[in-house]
Amino acid sequence: MNELSHTRTNHLIDPSMHVWGWEIPVYLFLGGLVAGMMIIAGYFLFMGRHKEPKCSCFYLPIISTIVLSIGMFALFLDLEHKLYFWRLYTTFQLKSPMSWGAWILVLVYPALFANILIRPPEIISNKFRLIASLSEKINRMKNSTRLIGILNISLGVLLGVYTGILLSALGARPLWNTSILWMLFLISGLSAAAAFVHLIAKDVQEREMLAKADNTFLTVELIVIILLIVGALSSTQAHIDAINIILTGPFAASFWVFVVGLGIIIPLIFQVLAVQHKIIHTPVFPIMVIVGGLILRFIIVYAGQYSHWSHTVLGK
Amino acid sequence: MARLVMVIDTRKCVGCMDCVVACKTENNVPEGFNRDWITTEVLGKSPNLQMEIRSERCNHCDNPPCVYCCPTGASHIHDYGGVILVEHELCIGCKACLASCPYDARFIHPDGYADKCTFCIHRVEKGMNPACVDVCPTHCMYFGDIDDPESRVSKLISTRKYHTNIPEAGTKPQIYYLT
Ligand code: SF4
Ligand code: SF4
Repeated sequence: MNELSHTRTNHLIDPSMHVWGWEIPVYLFLGGLVAGMMIIAGYFLFMGRHKEPKCSCFYLPIISTIVLSIGMFALFLDLEHKLYFWRLYTTFQLKSPMSWGAWILVLVYPALFANILIRPPEIISNKFRLIASLSEKINRMKNSTRLIGILNISLGVLLGVYTGILLSALGARPLWNTSILWMLFLISGLSAAAAFVHLIAKDVQEREMLAKADNTFLTVELIVIILLIVGALSSTQAHIDAINIILTGPFAASFWVFVVGLGIIIPLIFQVLAVQHKIIHTPVFPIMVIVGGLILRFIIVYAGQYSHWSHTVLGK
Repeated sequence: MARLVMVIDTRKCVGCMDCVVACKTENNVPEGFNRDWITTEVLGKSPNLQMEIRSERCNHCDNPPCVYCCPTGASHIHDYGGVILVEHELCIGCKACLASCPYDARFIHPDGYADKCTFCIHRVEKGMNPACVDVCPTHCMYFGDIDDPESRVSKLISTRKYHTNIPEAGTKPQIYYLT
């Protein structure tokens, strides 16, 4: 027997740490989704697809701006000292991924706005002369769409990567403390974004293209999950215990069923059949991918907080 | 430069929790929260039992993840003694520091900022000991400068066996437990 008892009652910490509720996983998911949408829209611009009248690259930045703002509002709700949130922007802390993230978000909005300016919605350009003239100027500039495309891809990658590093830099929680987490969150953001664009794309060719891309993303995501598991299982006892929380422990059922099964493998199988024209495209599978991505963030954030180093000293 | 540390003799500690009460009183720690606490560990099978009682708190780590992850600089290393402190007016309550601490030493104060043991810096800067150290009825806690080879803490850890908590987390904790 090795019994450990603490005389401590700190709210959110005891008996098991739960400092981050629904707000953080929702924010990480929406951030990842926006990152994916920025990469996709940026890629379309870079490839010159904006010449297609129905290209989704025109409405993606508008949707991204709204979705990102909802995510940031969730983040704001999580702060315990809300009136001081502006303190994020009176400093830059080199070693803090959260500080990096706060500044990346400041850069993301102008990039999205530049993308919107390429062809702003008519209601806006008719009302605001300034927007219309800015849009004209941008369209007259040489290579401007390509540059805006590259800008959106780069900031999308940064945003997606940061959502993972935010957690993986916290070494006290062995489940998060893996250098592959950024890859998992980036690829999961991309797959959710591809699924989302697949759902809403008006251009048939585009829809087909995104279904194919999503299949690639889902396959890579599966590989990254396997690498994450192998990495943790071959690490220290704390990391083994941590990964077992999602492999066989309290979060196992939701991880295997909702993330791996319904969120990746089943949609992958059906979307492969759909792109081969064996079955028709339905909204069901993209929706499953999106929901799977959200549940993945919840499981990683919750199970990560559950994971910890051993506090025992005797018998070590 | 001084490096302030605490040395706690687990052979003398009886787990009376006077240190916990002293801290709550001295620092006005709100109801339902603790800056320090007692951990009791029992190992073995009766009658061959091994026990250790530890008075625990923030380890004022030399490699403090809570300082590194803080996005506003609210968590910082104090100029005097390497003590880890939180500037309330800078803290946004993002809780990254709570998640980053392997010892779960921090909590969110009901007023919204991250809070934890300060080594009673307000007393220490006046030349006194932290409240928990002074109040201990078995005199099992020692506080001092580990950079000074003549200090009591330096002498204790150079002559006695000790351990720190979760050194494998890489935070270089500065509370030493004599065994
Ligand atoms: S014990 Fe925790 S709160 Fe204290 S300095 Fe170390 S990491 Fe930071
Ligand atoms: S809760 Fe406060 S002290 Fe802790 S990391 Fe966030 S801003 Fe810094």
